[in-house]
Amino acid sequence: MAAYKPVVVQACPKLGERITQDTLYWRGDKGGESGPAAATPVQIKEFGAVNKIDFSPVPPYNYAVTASSRIHIYGRYSQEPIKTFSRFREAAYGATYRDDGRLLAAGSEDGSVCLLDVGGKAPLRQFEGHTKPVHVVGFLSDKYRIFSGGDDYSSTLWDIASAKEITSYSEHTDYVRCGCASKVNADVFITGSYDHTVKLFDARTKSSVMTIEHGHPVESVLLFPSGGLLVSAGGRYVKVWDVLKGGQLLVSLKNHHKTVTCLCLNSSGQRLLSGSLDRHVKIYSTTSYKVVHSFNYATSILSLALSPEDETIVVGMTNGVLNVKHRKPEEKSENSQKKRQPAYRTYMKGRTYMPKQEDFCVSKPVKRVLRKYDKLLRSFQSSKALDAVLEPAIMVHTPEVTVAVMQELHRRGTLRSALAGRDEKQVNLLLTFVARRVIEPRFTPVLVTVADMITDIYHPVVGQSAVVDKQFLKLKEAIGKEIDYQEELLEVLGMMDTLFATFTKKTDTCLEENKSNGVTEIIETNRSY
Amino acid sequence: MVAPGALRVVRCGGSTLCGARAVFSADSKYLLCASGDFVKVYSVNTEETLRLMSGHADLVTGIQLNPHNHMQLYSSSLDGTIKLWDFMDGILIKTFTVGSKLLALYTLATAEDSVFVVIPKKGERDTFQLVSVKLTKGAGQDLESKELSVVLGGVGASMKHIAFGREGAYVVSVKGVNLQVYFFKRKLLNRFSLSTLKTKGGDNRFSCVVCHPTEDCIATGHADGKIRLWRNFHHKKEYTYSTLHWHHDIVMDLAFSMEGTRLLSGGVESVLVQWHNESSCQKDFLPRLGSPIEYISMASDGALCCTLHTDNRITIINSNLRFSRSIQGLIKSRDVKTGLVVDPRTKALVLNGEPGHLQFYSLQSDQQLFSLDIVQRQYIHEAGLKQSDLVKVAFSARGTWLATVEESEEVTDPELQLKLWFYHEEAQSFQLNTRINTPHDNHITDMCFRDMDELGDDSLILVTTGRDCVFKVWVMVEDTDPEAQQSVSWTCDFVGSYHNYQATNCCFSEDGSLLAVSFEETVTVWDSLTWDLKCTFCHPPGNIRKICFGRLTCSKYLIGATDYGFLCCWNLLTCALEWSAHLNIVVLQPDPVSEHIAAVSWLSKESSLFVFKPNEPRPIYIQRNLCKEKILLAAFVPRDEPEMTSSEKYPWLRKSQLFFLTDTQELMTLSTKSLEERLTPSSKQLAVEESLPVTPFSVLLGKHRQQQAQEDTDLGKPVVHNKQEQASPAVKELLHTPAHVLPSASFLCTIFINSLLISKENKSVEEVADEVEMESEKAEDDSDEEDVTAMEQEDTSHMELLGEMTCKLSKSQEKELRKIRKMDYSWISAF
Repeated sequence: MAAYKPVVVQACPKLGERITQDTLYWRGDKGGESGPAAATPVQIKEFGAVNKIDFSPVPPYNYAVTASSRIHIYGRYSQEPIKTFSRFREAAYGATYRDDGRLLAAGSEDGSVCLLDVGGKAPLRQFEGHTKPVHVVGFLSDKYRIFSGGDDYSSTLWDIASAKEITSYSEHTDYVRCGCASKVNADVFITGSYDHTVKLFDARTKSSVMTIEHGHPVESVLLFPSGGLLVSAGGRYVKVWDVLKGGQLLVSLKNHHKTVTCLCLNSSGQRLLSGSLDRHVKIYSTTSYKVVHSFNYATSILSLALSPEDETIVVGMTNGVLNVKHRKPEEKSENSQKKRQPAYRTYMKGRTYMPKQEDFCVSKPVKRVLRKYDKLLRSFQSSKALDAVLEPAIMVHTPEVTVAVMQELHRRGTLRSALAGRDEKQVNLLLTFVARRVIEPRFTPVLVTVADMITDIYHPVVGQSAVVDKQFLKLKEAIGKEIDYQEELLEVLGMMDTLFATFTKKTDTCLEENKSNGVTEIIETNRSY
Repeated sequence: MVAPGALRVVRCGGSTLCGARAVFSADSKYLLCASGDFVKVYSVNTEETLRLMSGHADLVTGIQLNPHNHMQLYSSSLDGTIKLWDFMDGILIKTFTVGSKLLALYTLATAEDSVFVVIPKKGERDTFQLVSVKLTKGAGQDLESKELSVVLGGVGASMKHIAFGREGAYVVSVKGVNLQVYFFKRKLLNRFSLSTLKTKGGDNRFSCVVCHPTEDCIATGHADGKIRLWRNFHHKKEYTYSTLHWHHDIVMDLAFSMEGTRLLSGGVESVLVQWHNESSCQKDFLPRLGSPIEYISMASDGALCCTLHTDNRITIINSNLRFSRSIQGLIKSRDVKTGLVVDPRTKALVLNGEPGHLQFYSLQSDQQLFSLDIVQRQYIHEAGLKQSDLVKVAFSARGTWLATVEESEEVTDPELQLKLWFYHEEAQSFQLNTRINTPHDNHITDMCFRDMDELGDDSLILVTTGRDCVFKVWVMVEDTDPEAQQSVSWTCDFVGSYHNYQATNCCFSEDGSLLAVSFEETVTVWDSLTWDLKCTFCHPPGNIRKICFGRLTCSKYLIGATDYGFLCCWNLLTCALEWSAHLNIVVLQPDPVSEHIAAVSWLSKESSLFVFKPNEPRPIYIQRNLCKEKILLAAFVPRDEPEMTSSEKYPWLRKSQLFFLTDTQELMTLSTKSLEERLTPSSKQLAVEESLPVTPFSVLLGKHRQQQAQEDTDLGKPVVHNKQEQASPAVKELLHTPAHVLPSASFLCTIFINSLLISKENKSVEEVADEVEMESEKAEDDSDEEDVTAMEQEDTSHMELLGEMTCKLSKSQEKELRKIRKMDYSWISAF
């Protein structure tokens, strides 16, 4: 007849963050949560707000950090700068590497653009022409030209060799604060400005070839490696535009609750990172444009960079702290000490036999493996079944099993006898479990009954053991706290109900106004009736 | 006889099997059971019902094989008759009228032509006596048997309270705490009694008694689960007894094996316990039989035993205590909470089955299709436990989704679970998709899906109403997590309430645009798109008991029945009451394929059926006094093909059939056909069909025989339907000559093939028919004893019998003339 049905253990959805592939991938960066192998994030104090971080595109992937009037170059694992450019009279802005990693360009508060040799000390060239501070500098992909954008609303193209201005575009009507060069076309670069626009320039023409209206002061722009997609950040929005379709908006992302200040792509181009003043870095998938992961930082983020192999994520903040996180290197699965398996011959015995057509196959009966508590429950040994689930291994790691067995015992009407007749140690154990878990909503209904029974059974012996008394007090405290908490929650709920009530009324009226189909007619007739 | 065309209430789904212990036939091939007013014959091997023997006018209370003829069966009934049957052919041989209610029946091999019955003592209530009835011998079918002689007075009414000892030497009866033994030869009556004091939770009252088949030993079962084995009861003082104790509750029945070495016992634990050598240390168990055991019976050869369960099931068990097979029809559960629901996929009736299970019962084939385990918990058979059971069931329109609600019996804090099951095409069964714990804070009162055929599954909406004063709307959501195994799950979408009244019923309109939810006295109508309250209806005195929308042409009407006996019909367009009628409606059931609505009213001991269309206040059909019991539930089951015969008179029965369930758990239906028509041809078939393996050769032979039979009927000769029909001599020769004397196969081949092709030329048709006739004549002439042997021969082997017939043939050739004359005689009688 029917076989014994094991106790159903309620599966509960895992609380907290959902573990996805991305969480696992990026967790390496999140030093705090990962195992001992991952290094804790390195915090380096700079002299002022970090406005730009740029990784060298060639190994060993040093990175240049622009803060205050200095540009520091850090090695991958060094906590001290390996090189410092400090010859700026005023604040330096936006130090950027050239594609070969040997030259560095930076703007400055006094309106000049410097070209620095990574190996040398003094600037190789100085481009004068901007009348206001230059916040954005970049190399075109032919390596011989530099573009810059300044607070004088102009964006200028410079020739490195002659240190001359090639063209100057003054089409923006506000500060130019960000820019990016195309990797596929050496003549194309874009700049974003506080006049809410992103403009695409071609060095061969005298004016911009495309203007994109972002809608907010643009803080950061980015071109995809393919050059076809453009990402702009400004206000709380990150917007993705299709350049080849004439600047059509593909998607608008609103995941931050403060201004987005920086953007970055990972090495494969599959993920887009955005940093914001709301202290978060969000990682989006570039296929679905959904947030797949998110980091949390101490203060508002100004700049963000990712090393070429996604191994290091460096974030610069408003208080001048540079946060460096190293992603945990992917672990190789080590086959440690394999169990000695039976010899091949034993293992293959009889398995190579192919049944012929006329053979009648007798299948082996499937052996059902029952857990220990199920075996005991099957033979109606209630007390022992409860003992089996009160073992620390089950009680600590899978409390739902313990609770499920308690519930089953309650259903069978034997919970009271199973709980009774225990010594001090066991009562202590039971009470510890109950006091800790009774406030978990999924266990509360069962454990309240259990707690009730325990107090019923053991109240004559209260005062005989200090350990048990202490546990009883703890239980009382836990329940008292929970009641206070619930009361507070109810208060909040009441407040929200009032809010929602006013809110829904408004929508109701507008819905009724909008509709003019048969359903409203019914209402009208209803009213007339 | 009812006039053709009139509607009759017909019982279907069988009746309770628990009238009496089941009886195995002498060869253990058939199992005989009392089933309501009928006696059923089951095949042990194939589990199918072979025969339904009807004739009694009331419940059958006892069946016993005739100890002098194993092919015959005695049955007793509350209608005061004992009937003798030939159960192989299903023929009623004799009816003995006793006159008073018969409560149990016993037969003894030693008692010549008399049986023992339990009858109520005249003039006294609840007093019963065991009497022996002399069965008068007479020529007619209906006989009077008034020769009663009292054997024992003050016996229990149940058949389990009396047992006959070894070789009929004594009879034992138990009642209360008293045991009495009466020795037939010595005319001695010994009484023993146990103490009535209930010490240590013990309860000494007897529940059943059986006697050892070979020794002087009596086994009694007790209300506290003890089994006592009594010996030496010839003496009044020096009797002894030993106690076996395993059961924790009442021992329902006991049975000794044929040799008396094993004792079987069963009770409410639904565990069959086998005690060896009457010692308590050696016992075997067959646990989890599904439901409490009511009766245990053993086959005469000891190879099988069967248990009858309280939920209308028979379990057949091997001698080594292995479960063999079970026979089950409509499982009677204690309380059908789910209502009668029709599965749109199989058109099966769905209702509570075993505890925690949902049974799918096929109405056409009168058998359970399958049983779906909903609760998925071990059921503990113990009185007073708060078990969780299934209370609500709903199917989506196409049967792809099934929603179930289970709750424990606790009143204050019910442990509620809402489960949603998806029909898995590959596995051909429902699989659990979503489980929602505590969907409502209090009992769920009603549940319905939005049936919208034309739209996809995405528009599926489930609504539940609860006593916690809200109704909840559940919708399907796509699971965004790519790692999740299933792509959809269910979640709550909307919670609605109305003035903090308890929600009692819910119903969607046919197009799914409106949802009606009744809150105590008020019916509210909601827009299912925006969940806005559209309007409310009320018919002041009394709460709303049932609501439903009209369908098809009447979809603008909403019907409601109230507690104070009003049936109201509201028009949804004018929001006004269209009509109302003063009827105490208990069941309101719309037909899913037409606009008819059936309402069953209950008024002081009679149920009446009203069938009406919502657009006219006059019902189109009324049947008063439908049945005496209160009708609790009803369901329209769509027919596979519209019925034509009743279409003019009863248009509402054309497309679907109405079934209803009474409070005594009887499933009934309305039928226009007469009883004979309803019987399926399968039940008329002969019970002696043997299941021989089908080989290509047997198929070939079978065709050959069929052909011959066809020829016989063409000639207008009566054909005795016999499996062992004569084959052509060539084939016979081939089959019955020993292999080592046969010539080579190549030589035989042509003869054999020829014999198959041109049978007429080999043997004339008349001759074949003659042989068959002779065979039947011979059988009729033979005495009963020989009849039995002939039957047994039939059972033994096909081949052997063929051989015997050929030799009989040679004998019979001598008396050909006489037999031809006899055959002529039978001809005349046949016409």
